[in-house]
Amino acid sequence: MNQQGTVLDTVSDLGPSRRAKFTRRVLPFIIMAVLLIVIPMLGPSRTALSLLNAIGINIVFALSFNILLGQTGLLSFGHAVYFGLGGYTAMHAMNWIEYADGGFWGSYPMFALPLVGFAGGAFAGALIGWPSCRRAGIPFSMISLGIAELVAATGLIFVSFFGGEEGITGDRMNGVEMFGLNLGQVHQVYWFIAFWTFVGTVAMYAFTRTPLGRLTQAVRDNPQRVEFVGYDPQQVRYLAFIASGGFAGLAGGMSAVNYEIFTPEALSLAPSGLVILMAYIGGIRYFAGPILGAILLTYMQTNLSDFSEAWLLYLGLLFIAMVLFAPGGLAGVVIDVTNRLGKPGAVQQFVKGLVAVATGMIAFFGVVILIEIAVRLTNGHGEVFQPFGIGLPSTSLMSWAIGVCLVAIGVFGLKFTTKQVGER
Amino acid sequence: MSEPPVLSLRDVKKDFGPAKVIQGVTLDIAPGERHAIIGPNGAGKSTLFNLISGLYRPTSGEITLRGKTISGVKPYRINRMGLSRSFQVSNIFSNMSVRENVRCGVLYSMGYGYNFWRNIGNLIPVQEKTVEILDSVGLIDKADQSAALLAYADQRTLEIAITIASGADVVLMDEPTAGMSHSETDRAIALIKKATQGKTLLIVEHDMGVVFGLSDRISVLVYGEVIATGLPEEIRNNALVREAYLGDEAELPGVEA
Ligand SMILES: Nc1ncnc2c1ncn2[C@@H]1O[C@H](COP(=O)(O)OP(=O)(O)OP(=O)(O)O)[C@@H](O)[C@H]1O
Ligand SMILES: [Mg+2]
Repeated sequence: MNQQGTVLDTVSDLGPSRRAKFTRRVLPFIIMAVLLIVIPMLGPSRTALSLLNAIGINIVFALSFNILLGQTGLLSFGHAVYFGLGGYTAMHAMNWIEYADGGFWGSYPMFALPLVGFAGGAFAGALIGWPSCRRAGIPFSMISLGIAELVAATGLIFVSFFGGEEGITGDRMNGVEMFGLNLGQVHQVYWFIAFWTFVGTVAMYAFTRTPLGRLTQAVRDNPQRVEFVGYDPQQVRYLAFIASGGFAGLAGGMSAVNYEIFTPEALSLAPSGLVILMAYIGGIRYFAGPILGAILLTYMQTNLSDFSEAWLLYLGLLFIAMVLFAPGGLAGVVIDVTNRLGKPGAVQQFVKGLVAVATGMIAFFGVVILIEIAVRLTNGHGEVFQPFGIGLPSTSLMSWAIGVCLVAIGVFGLKFTTKQVGER
Repeated sequence: MSEPPVLSLRDVKKDFGPAKVIQGVTLDIAPGERHAIIGPNGAGKSTLFNLISGLYRPTSGEITLRGKTISGVKPYRINRMGLSRSFQVSNIFSNMSVRENVRCGVLYSMGYGYNFWRNIGNLIPVQEKTVEILDSVGLIDKADQSAALLAYADQRTLEIAITIASGADVVLMDEPTAGMSHSETDRAIALIKKATQGKTLLIVEHDMGVVFGLSDRISVLVYGEVIATGLPEEIRNNALVREAYLGDEAELPGVEA
């Protein structure tokens, strides 16, 4: 009796306290919900809303990818396959809803279309995961690449399902309405996207807290030991793969409603690569990492591409810089900075950090100049790069010299400051 | 011993290419027995454990657990049949906390399998069992530490904790005290004794004091062959064993016995 009592007492003592549980596991989601509700009150423009919608889709997509990479340790080069197949399934369902007369699809609300996407993605995951998850590591990655190529090619061949190069279109303003939303205007779609981004994020976080979710981490770290505590690592990978495919399909369903079109391009290697960058730049070791990555990269994709035709180059540079200097991604940087803030010497470190950032910016600015004048030299439009109104003609040696000098100053400055930080 | 053996090896052989590492081992382990495997380095003790626990498939021969063939069966299935093992080199989940490590060992045996709809934090029986194990091995104070940051001896203890967590009734321990100090060894052995009460224990151990103090029977493995099996006294007095392994008398503890 007595012993029973002590054991039970320790159960409640062990693990994080209620307070810690709340601040770590519940509060972030309350903040997220509040943000999602407050944003439309700030009166964002239509462009801002469509950017936000794109961000929501990519958040779910990147989080679903990280179930594989961050959680289970599987690097897939073909994650867009599940996004695309889920999205196509949803797209077809959108048309079934439109042309249904009664029956299941007649009473199916358009708002719930992402669930169809989830089913499509999970089904694709269950089929493709079966051979893929027999191996982990590099073989898994290679198989995922092969499958990505295969499905992308299939997308162009099976016209009846994928609609050929034009893809498949639909009309989201059909079917039963939910929450009084007819999904006509972009701000109505915003609520739809916000709802599913929130649901998807909460569901994927909850997944990490289940026995299976914990086991995926065990399999990532030590698959051999997992076998000796009664679990089949292959089975754990397979189930994680299905879950990941399902949530990618959910994102696909969100995308189907948002854009009302799906083309085989959605299955291709380009979005598969982009989702890797989103997760990695955001930080794959943290649940929130891919969210940050999705926000930044979607923003860059829509805004930077207007500003410079070399935006993919900047994306590549950002990725390389992250891999080299901040392997924990944006989330890692945020956590590192907050950890240091409370410690003694924080102010000094902060100043040093600022100096390092400033010198880094100088180098970065030099790189921008070099890239931009190089682009203008080769694209033949004959325009002149004019940062802050200073004309830097591509043909003038001076422009190149300025770029090189800035890079040199930045790099040396960075070396000098980081060295000093290291010596302390 | 009229009771049927719980674990039985019949002429088990294992080759790695040309190397014949296990050359026909036949061994019966009775239920509830504490059985030590001793032998010089490279004799094949760990390989034998790897064969029994399913990591390797025997080249020939048969292994049965309670009458069922387990040679060639996957490790996780053997584990589910109630056989658990520890590793000579600590094999833990280093990115997890001590508590999570033990919880991984507990989960399957508590029937949660690949559950993906329940919050692990709300599985009270799992938490209780985890706490009980942590308490019994003396790691309760370090429950929330990262396993990677544990001191060496504590990592070894955690290895034992994961192994006994499922409550398997056949337990294989591969040099559980390797690298521990004297006092740590004593504590670990006391712990193993307590945790395997009423269970079958197969243990590889180099410390002869421990071996002769702990085991009901001992088998001596040399070059992949069992050259003797018997009660501790029989082994101590076996001429072959002395010649092949124990060497000079000075190494033999318990002359007082
Ligand atoms: N996977 C393998 N491939 C090839 N040879 C192996 C393999 N595993 C073990 N061996 C060889 O088998 C022999 C026995 O190794 P094993 O680890 O079983 O010895 P041991 O008795 O446990 O020794 P120790 O006391 O050092 O732990 C060694 O010569 C080893 O090199
Ligand atoms: Mg060994």
